[in-house]
Amino acid sequence: MDQGFFLLFAAVSVITALTVVLARNPVHSALALMACFLQISALFVLLGAPLLAVIQIFVYVGAIMVLFLFVIMMIDVREAVLQRFLPGRNLPALVLLVLLGIEMLVLVLWSDRFSATEPAAARGGDQIRALSTTLFADYLLPFEVASVILLAALVGAIMLARKESG
Amino acid sequence: MVPLWWYVLLGVVLFVIGAAGVLVRRNILIVLMSLELLLNSVNINFIAFGRYYADFRGQIFAIFVIATTAAEVAVALGILVALVRNKSTLKVDDVTVMKG
Repeated sequence: MDQGFFLLFAAVSVITALTVVLARNPVHSALALMACFLQISALFVLLGAPLLAVIQIFVYVGAIMVLFLFVIMMIDVREAVLQRFLPGRNLPALVLLVLLGIEMLVLVLWSDRFSATEPAAARGGDQIRALSTTLFADYLLPFEVASVILLAALVGAIMLARKESG
Repeated sequence: MVPLWWYVLLGVVLFVIGAAGVLVRRNILIVLMSLELLLNSVNINFIAFGRYYADFRGQIFAIFVIATTAAEVAVALGILVALVRNKSTLKVDDVTVMKG
């Protein structure tokens, strides 16, 4: 049952990821990326992390993809649509990628460290409560730093995108 | 149950696809979207390992990765808007002011 769902979500996410890279129209890429994020959040549910699945949908599908679509709407993409996808020009990059992929596949498939089939002692009870206790007790400083980073990015994005006032 | 290496394998495949998008495509928007794909494949690995070793830190790191990604996308799209306004191009190859 779980394996069937995993294969379904994984296949759809790989197909939509390929669509993101291969599509010529950026709008199609953005919509495919949204579908891919939905599949990945379904995988998070399968992994027993419902909080992360909800955050994934809120942040990625709700905020980031809307931002992308707004920017695509603001700028003229017609010139970009005409641009062709030329893999022949980038042969070294493709060779490098194939080598990287083969290396990672060999490492994953040969190692016996990844062969765990059963999650270690799924702790019962309120998982999200324990997660948030860990986040706000042991990881309080990184949490505050992340909020400062978000604030700095907000100010920086406004400064970058506004018109020069002279 | 699903074996752990299936998740790791999915992470590898998505990472290679995203890296292909970053390296091969010349449209800045597609490059940014491929970066999102890369970060998501890493998140899958974090949460899968956290689940199979019964450790919360995988999920916590994934939360921080998501927060940093949101900041990165905001700044990157701000730079993109400024770039389109000043040079009216979307191709990575046309942006060579810093002789990169």
